[in-house]
Amino acid sequence: MKAKVIVMPKRSILDPHGVAVREAMRHHGLPGVKSVRVGKVLEVEVDGADEAAMHEICRDLLSNPVIEDYELVVEK
Amino acid sequence: MRAAVIRFPGSNCDQDCHHVLQEFGFATDFVWHKETTAAGYDLIVLPGGFSYGDYLRSGAIARFSPVMKSIVEQAARGVLVLGICNGFQILCESGLLPGALMRNRDLHFRCEHVRLRVENNANPFLCASAVGRLLNIPIAHGEGSFTADAQTLAGLNAEGRVLLRYCDADGNPSPEANPNGSAENIAGICNGQRNVFGLMPHPERACDDALLSTDGRAVFDSLVMTLGKSRAA
Repeated sequence: MKAKVIVMPKRSILDPHGVAVREAMRHHGLPGVKSVRVGKVLEVEVDGADEAAMHEICRDLLSNPVIEDYELVVEK
Repeated sequence: MRAAVIRFPGSNCDQDCHHVLQEFGFATDFVWHKETTAAGYDLIVLPGGFSYGDYLRSGAIARFSPVMKSIVEQAARGVLVLGICNGFQILCESGLLPGALMRNRDLHFRCEHVRLRVENNANPFLCASAVGRLLNIPIAHGEGSFTADAQTLAGLNAEGRVLLRYCDADGNPSPEANPNGSAENIAGICNGQRNVFGLMPHPERACDDALLSTDGRAVFDSLVMTLGKSRAA
């Protein structure tokens, strides 16, 4: 299985990294930028195709549910 | 009194903790994170540092080290567990403490002395200090912004589990005195059983006359008071 895991800070949580990037973008000629949030993308290759196991590891290890949401995109 | 200082790859305050614990009379061992047991100790310390290079999130990978399973068991049995800085982050990641530590509000790594107010002393970690006492203890972290949902914060407050807050010279938890953007200026919390304590400041760096402040002794005096008493009983 090839998959992408997208981990993003929860919308309810202030993302200081995103705010800093937004400010930099405004200073660099894009004053209209309203919001930026910074997350991360993990590209994963796994033997077999156990999607349930991938979800479990996304919850337990790859993201912290207190502050982050994840999305699992399976690319067959 | 026996203490264990857990070492992860990237721990860097392990020697300081070991030194201070010995000074306070603890027979102290280093325990490598690949050990499968941390049994037989009165106190387990997760020291500061950058376990696993903070990869993924600070504390996220250390949480799955073999020794952590044993630490969770020991905590459930009532053994005292103290997590300092990266140790606090590991305790939150492992679920022994609620909430999470996020990137500092201003994105800066903050390395400075801060003022803390003792919010609760009905616990083994600060029982030697009066409530309201101000402590001068250094911090050194980039990811120390304590975050939890409103319900968790309300529970921590209602149960007296916020043990330390960042404050100004008058003891007020003002926004200016908050070095990292932590919710409600929270610097340290304990679990419901009151035997697991995590804090971002480094009390072990404020125990020697040569180090600007000796207020970190508040924590170690309390541990000696608690464990000395339980020994005698």
